Amino acid sequence: MTTPAPPVPPTGPVEPVVSVEPALLARSVPPVLSVRGLGVRFRMRGGRHIAAVTDAGFDLAAGECLALVGESGCGKSVLASALLGLLPGNAQTTGSAVLDGIDLLAADERTLARTVRGRRVGLVPQSPAAHLTPVRTVRAQLEETVRELTGTRGREPHRAAEAAADRAAFPAGHLDRYPHELSGGLAQRAATALALIGDAPLLLADEPTTGLDRDLVDRTADELRRHADEGRALLLITHDLAAAERIADRVAVMYAGRIVELTDAQRFFGERGPRHPYARGLLDALPERAFTPIPGLPPELGELPAGCAFAPRCPRATDLCATTPPFTDGLACHHPRESTDESPEESPEERSDERPDESAEETVRA
Amino acid sequence: MLELRSITAGYERRAPVVRDASLTLAPGTSLGLLGPSGCGKSTLARVAALLHRPDAGTVTVDGQRATGWRHRAPRAQRTAIGVVFQQPRLSADPRLRLSELIAEPLRATGRRSDLTAHVGELARTVGLTGELLGRRPHEVSDGQLQRACLARALVLRPRWLVCDEMTAMLDASTTAALVAVVEEYRREHGAGLLAVGHDRVLLERWCDRTVRWTEITGAG
Ligand code: SF4
Repeated sequence: MTTPAPPVPPTGPVEPVVSVEPALLARSVPPVLSVRGLGVRFRMRGGRHIAAVTDAGFDLAAGECLALVGESGCGKSVLASALLGLLPGNAQTTGSAVLDGIDLLAADERTLARTVRGRRVGLVPQSPAAHLTPVRTVRAQLEETVRELTGTRGREPHRAAEAAADRAAFPAGHLDRYPHELSGGLAQRAATALALIGDAPLLLADEPTTGLDRDLVDRTADELRRHADEGRALLLITHDLAAAERIADRVAVMYAGRIVELTDAQRFFGERGPRHPYARGLLDALPERAFTPIPGLPPELGELPAGCAFAPRCPRATDLCATTPPFTDGLACHHPRESTDESPEESPEERSDERPDESAEETVRA
Repeated sequence: MLELRSITAGYERRAPVVRDASLTLAPGTSLGLLGPSGCGKSTLARVAALLHRPDAGTVTVDGQRATGWRHRAPRAQRTAIGVVFQQPRLSADPRLRLSELIAEPLRATGRRSDLTAHVGELARTVGLTGELLGRRPHEVSDGQLQRACLARALVLRPRWLVCDEMTAMLDASTTAALVAVVEEYRREHGAGLLAVGHDRVLLERWCDRTVRWTEITGAG
């Protein structure tokens, strides 16, 4: 990665090579994590099934942050558990999630425990309090994790623990404290230090900012971003759109177990906005925007309607939506909002053929 | 009026988490109380809801000074105030079905029969219907459970609502939905609201007036 160069033939024209190079480079760097057709179903009593995740796919590169957003129960935490090999026994998975040559979905528990969790995937947990052992100091927990991960003894765990604390901006002077002696912010950093200690190429942050004050949200998010900037891939699983906006490069929106839109974060949060009606609804619900909820509730994952699962709540739904929209070009919707570059709110040619109540929706959004 | 005068409160006498806090809420108005976590605002919210006895100071509800707290609060005062907390799982009896959870305050007041229809209507208002109402807390999402907890807070038609970080755990759409339910209820019944939280953007959008913790406390 540090040496970009397809060798430039001495006789060749210099300019074209230079202009082509970044594209070549982008394509030649393999993603850290590559997820294809990932599905998770839970077998329930009475032979029922719950489709918690269906056909999810994305790539995540080193140095990149992908935010996976959606309402609680949309399947994003199940997806995270699948990547960590922490699904319960009644789960069946399909597809693949390849990290560093290992398919996380196919790997056995031994492989996951010895080579994946902590080493290839570092987990920044939702509730640091629950992740830290209350009766042991932060230092003891960090050192023990080092010993578990590396098998080293003596001075090495001591050194590695301090290095990880330093990287997570956890003050060395607090290493000998117990978790209950830490503020919320420091507990979060201690948990992050634990996640960083194995130098995993993929950091998975599961709702890391839930319940935190805004400035602590910002700080936690910025620290996660810094770890991405240092070359890790960061998968941020969150319902906090402000945190996602702050640090994500790309945003994947999940609804009823499916990724319905996967797009550039600047586009998503910027003028143009998302194209999927659900994604737009989520943004419009923010108090700094329209503060208008999406009507209704998400469907039960055990009883998904045929076709697009958002249809019962969707202002743009038509008969066509009774068939499942395929995920193409970063979007799964039959009637996406095709914003123009200049003015996303007014595009007269858009949707003249659609239902009359569409105009009401426009008024609310304007 | 809901008035808190010079409230000092906490869990150890020597180290109160609230010192000399005062606020006044007129009927039908809403006040956002903004403060960082750990500042004591949740304790003050519990005092305002008559759930925590202050070490000093007075609470006056509609002209009547509060003298009892928790189950010792006079019924008329207790039922005048509805309260919703941040974490629905900590405030919901895990054995109850959601419909029972919503109706819980009715049992305590012995007004069961005449209000069963009211429970169904409230459940619809907060977006819960059908089979969901037959589930227990562990079978629903945080958002669904918080919807039930809000319905529970409204079931006795309180004149005052205290919402302590009601939406801190919830996604944007559920947040907007629950705030809309509170505001619809307030329009209909003229209830006053004390909304305690740490999200300035949310509270300023939601409430008539927003004050910072340091503005209402003596220690600030
Ligand atoms: S496919 Fe149809 S129902 Fe689904 S989001 Fe798109 S327009 Fe709405």
